[in-house]
Amino acid sequence: MADTTYREAIREAIREAMRRDERVFLMGEDVGPYGGAFGVSLGLLEEFGPERIRDTPLSESAFVGAGIGAALGGMRPIVEVMTVNFSLLALDQIINNAATLLHMSGGQFAVPLVIRMTTGAGRQLAAQHSHSLEGWYAHIPGLRILAPATVADARGMLWPALRCPDPVLIFEYGGLYNASGELDGGAAVDIDTAAVRRPGSDVTIIGYGGTLSTSLTAADRLADDGIDAEVVDLRTLRPLDDATLLDSVRRTHRAVIVDEGWRSGSLSAEISARITEQAFYDLDAPVARVCSAEVPIPYARHMEQAALPQPAGVVAAVRAALGRSDG
Amino acid sequence: MTTADLAAAAPTDRAEHHYELLRQMLRIRRFEERCVQLYSATKIRGFLHLYIGEEAVAAGAMAALTPADAIVSTYREHGHALARGIAMHSVMAEMYGKATGCSRGRGGSMHLFDAATRFYGGNAIVGGGLPLAVGLALADQMADRPVVTACFFGDGAVAEGEFHECLNLAALWHLPVLFCCENNLYAMGTRIDRAHAVTNLAARAAAYGLSAVDVDGMDVLAVETQTRAAAEFVRAGHGPYFLEFRTYRYRAHSMYDPDRYREKAEIAQWQQHDPIDALVRRMRGDAELDDDALARLDAEIAAEIDAAVQAAEEAPLEPIEDLTRFVYAESRSHDG
Ligand SMILES: Cc1ncc(C[n+]2csc(CCOP(=O)(O)OP(=O)(O)O)c2C)c(N)n1
Ligand SMILES: [Mg+2]
Repeated sequence: MADTTYREAIREAIREAMRRDERVFLMGEDVGPYGGAFGVSLGLLEEFGPERIRDTPLSESAFVGAGIGAALGGMRPIVEVMTVNFSLLALDQIINNAATLLHMSGGQFAVPLVIRMTTGAGRQLAAQHSHSLEGWYAHIPGLRILAPATVADARGMLWPALRCPDPVLIFEYGGLYNASGELDGGAAVDIDTAAVRRPGSDVTIIGYGGTLSTSLTAADRLADDGIDAEVVDLRTLRPLDDATLLDSVRRTHRAVIVDEGWRSGSLSAEISARITEQAFYDLDAPVARVCSAEVPIPYARHMEQAALPQPAGVVAAVRAALGRSDG
Repeated sequence: MTTADLAAAAPTDRAEHHYELLRQMLRIRRFEERCVQLYSATKIRGFLHLYIGEEAVAAGAMAALTPADAIVSTYREHGHALARGIAMHSVMAEMYGKATGCSRGRGGSMHLFDAATRFYGGNAIVGGGLPLAVGLALADQMADRPVVTACFFGDGAVAEGEFHECLNLAALWHLPVLFCCENNLYAMGTRIDRAHAVTNLAARAAAYGLSAVDVDGMDVLAVETQTRAAAEFVRAGHGPYFLEFRTYRYRAHSMYDPDRYREKAEIAQWQQHDPIDALVRRMRGDAELDDDALARLDAEIAAEIDAAVQAAEEAPLEPIEDLTRFVYAESRSHDG
């Protein structure tokens, strides 16, 4: 087992997919000689050439839409959009075309496309580079939404996503690219289920992407206090794996959801609703949520950090759910 | 000064005018050189996009605009902000994320805003400022104000759909927009000929029915003259105008960019045409500048930067309790 970074894991996944299936190609802004805005595709041009590692102009709507068309035409495109904020320029293509074509055509035209993009804050990039809009995409029927939080998922989610006949959006958490972890070969992982990352019995903390580590850190701190938290990593934001979530909550009787998206009308709201709809009588406390403050993410570090979910906020929410007030 | 005034100006006035252009370019360059140091010292964080090499565009274009005109800019906007007259200390404080910054610490380097100088922001979505500029100009046209909106953007933005939609709209409605394209040949690591099938950007603007010219963006006097003529045209109600400034950035795209996509020789070649050196040479040749005057100018600018840094260091942070301020207006009645 070797230590690999999240960035390298994604690169290896792309490399493997391109070797295994010649219909696979990567396109996006500066994915070629530059190596991608976050260095993910560095070195791939040398191996696969400019036809398959294809730089695009700054034309998000055109090249994301072209990815949809190429998928219809039998290719297996991986489209890289630098960040989720920029994907808004391609929203029409993603929502009005990629997500609808199969249904509108009465099942005739599937869109086997993968779109990768960066999400998340924490790097002082201010409002137009820091938003977590994956929960918003998870609102859309027809899209599959993945959020790798570990090196193994970063490595293993791409191949099954490419094999899937539906459009799959993969949200890479920007703060994780340099994170490293152990990689056991390059095994594909399933892209349908949530995972219990830390077993526990007192409370279920639910996170994904960047908030998995926030949740695990909080769980460690709670352990020092004698509170045994289970941590569930959603992994797939749409369709949600209700079974894993509910199984956990039925055992722990409490749930705290940690989401870097905003609270109102959010993924965390959806999860909370599902828990109360399906496990209301198993709950010993109201479902709690720790989300980003409802503000465009500010630049200054102290304000940005105050806007984001922090382990301390998760610890406080868990203690409140357990009726253990601080003080 | 109008184009005619400028041509008729007395030599001393002309010398003073050149000195002011030089001063603005030097302020921008030295300010950004200090920003690089402050970035290494982690005083400035996030993305930092430097304008070094392109100073003639901001200095020349701003000199041709009036205080009533509006400016829309990009994430590479320190030069535009300083030349427009936003106080250096408030720009520096913004880079520090301090409460005294021109965006109260919420914007940082990429999002400088200043209502007093009608500076409608650094926009970090490529092409994102163009529709705003069209709308600002629409408001001026509807209110019958003789005002120009100058919108800055790069060669990369020309590939975005918003660019094409905006040029057509501005031309269709004869809006008073001055489109200022800073063609520095690269959009991040992508050279213009790898992103555009037709690299003559002025020609493409002309295809939408705009008056369009390309300008030597390394020559501050050419920038000023052409901008002045274009602004007069726009102000007179003849519709939008497109200026393609041919320029070059010496530094990497941002502090994150390892700059692997171009030859050092190419950078050196452009540095031969450095806009500051060129103006200094010209002013010396015309006996408009001597060593003493240049030394005084350098010292004055260094002092201005030192003062801005010190003020930013000492400035308070915005209180955390104010985190969610300005998400909505604080008064429901906008007209007061
Ligand atoms: C819509 C959008 N896509 C991509 C980016 C990432 N990005 C930021 S600047 C830039 C290059 C822009 O080049 P250009 O317009 O030529 O301006 P320059 O940086 O050269 O001044 C890119 C790709 C972005 N900010 N917004
Ligand atoms: Mg450019």
